[in-house]
Amino acid sequence: MMKFLSKFYMFIIFALLYAPIVVLIVFSFNDGGSLSEFTGISLKWYGELFRDEEALTALKNSLILAVCSSVIATGIATFAALGLHHMRNKYVKGAVKSVTNIPMMNPDIVTGVSMMLLFVAVANFIHAKQFFGFGTMLIAHTTFNLPYALLSIMPRFNQLDKSLSEAAQDLGCTPARAFFSVELPEIVPGIVSALMMSFTLSLDDFVISHFVSSPNFQTLPLYVYNQTVHNVKFSMYALCALIVAIILAILLAVNFTGSVNKKKKRNGVA
Amino acid sequence: MKKGSLFQKMAAAPHIVWMVLFIVAPMLFVLYFAFTDADGRFSLSNISTLSQYGNVFVLSIAFALIATVVCLLIGYPLAYFMARSKPKTQKLLMVLIMLPMWCNLLIRTYALMALLDNGGLLNSFLESMGLDKLRIVGSDFGVILGMVYDFLPYMVLPIFTSITKLDNRYIEAAHDLGCNNIQTMTKVVLPLTASGIVSGVTMVFVPSISTFYISQKLGAGKIDLIGDTIERLFQNTSTYNVGAVISLVMMILILISVWIMNKFSDDEGGVII
Repeated sequence: MMKFLSKFYMFIIFALLYAPIVVLIVFSFNDGGSLSEFTGISLKWYGELFRDEEALTALKNSLILAVCSSVIATGIATFAALGLHHMRNKYVKGAVKSVTNIPMMNPDIVTGVSMMLLFVAVANFIHAKQFFGFGTMLIAHTTFNLPYALLSIMPRFNQLDKSLSEAAQDLGCTPARAFFSVELPEIVPGIVSALMMSFTLSLDDFVISHFVSSPNFQTLPLYVYNQTVHNVKFSMYALCALIVAIILAILLAVNFTGSVNKKKKRNGVA
Repeated sequence: MKKGSLFQKMAAAPHIVWMVLFIVAPMLFVLYFAFTDADGRFSLSNISTLSQYGNVFVLSIAFALIATVVCLLIGYPLAYFMARSKPKTQKLLMVLIMLPMWCNLLIRTYALMALLDNGGLLNSFLESMGLDKLRIVGSDFGVILGMVYDFLPYMVLPIFTSITKLDNRYIEAAHDLGCNNIQTMTKVVLPLTASGIVSGVTMVFVPSISTFYISQKLGAGKIDLIGDTIERLFQNTSTYNVGAVISLVMMILILISVWIMNKFSDDEGGVII
């Protein structure tokens, strides 16, 4: 009885959670322009979406920004993790860690507003007219990616034996060489997860971008926002449906291949 | 003991410079704008305008609290049942709970609005049944529903993680020692998963109190929360200063509540997703 009730409860909550998304996907194929009447299957909204120059540019911008900001953030965070790992002063270490976490603790809107004020002040100072754009977006995205990147890499360093690097140096490596040939290979998994995390965070961000972008540099979430501010656009349904489908495919692929690998391992051992 | 080399010492330097320039300096600019007028002179007039926004603050805090409590009440049992299901089902349920988290917030809110809107599927269904239309979009209920819908997965996942980490033997021991189901729940399971609850509550409360897209879409522009106020004030150069004060107050409010929340759990960082 209890088992049935718990299953029933899960079913209801998941059904409610997915109802809007399913309705959105179904109506993205609707022939007519109605939210409530399904008049026939058609791909016309998808066609409209792919002919929309603005949407394609926004997608391109999003991808460029996500790649650049995740690479920069991960690069900075990797060296920062190395520096923090070898740092002896506990207080400096603690201070650096807690300041880095500020963008993670703060609501996005405060982070966005604070960066906007910085950029406004700098733009006024150098009398720049067109200051907001790719540059400001890149700085903002790198900044909010940093704490997540550092959090993915730091634990890898903590697992590492400090004497490894010292041994390499005793055997004649320079500290830099010791890092690149001894420590770096060990922390690669952390670097990969930092890259993936930053990439998705950057793709997904709307609030911070909203404050530091300009109309001539739009990312995909900003485009969706601008399109949905006033009226309902059915090509947005198509876009949303596509995004949901892509994410589902990725999640299932990651999950599925994960279990295949585990099975392989299990079979290999047995 | 070897002394740290120059390379190791300098490795964190780019990070520290970046932090000072783009995390510390922006915060100082918020402070600067909060305590100056539009001409850049020191002024406390922004602080005194805060009283005008008192009801906005009260409304936002109330909405965020209600949404957080509802998420906890719905999310805890869900996480518990998920954690008690078979490993294979668990994996599928994890994907199901994570998929909405990976979808952009705008998309989820937009989808919910499309379903509940005046001309949406729900209302035309009610109409065809001969019932009255529900005016959810544009009401307080609509905005809170939007918060619960959007942020429920953020509540479920950390709680789910802490329940799966819970050793089943604790529950068995409690039963052996004569606890009934309810006692086991309140005396063993809930306290041991407190860290998950704390991170879940934080992850729902912070975005709820600062949102503006949800109140714009599901409030149909009729409901004004702190997020909407800040967003509006920063569209016009002359109101940057008032906007900065409101952001500052919200930041302090949230830091205090997060700090209080963390007092409740022994876990250092909580669960970060």
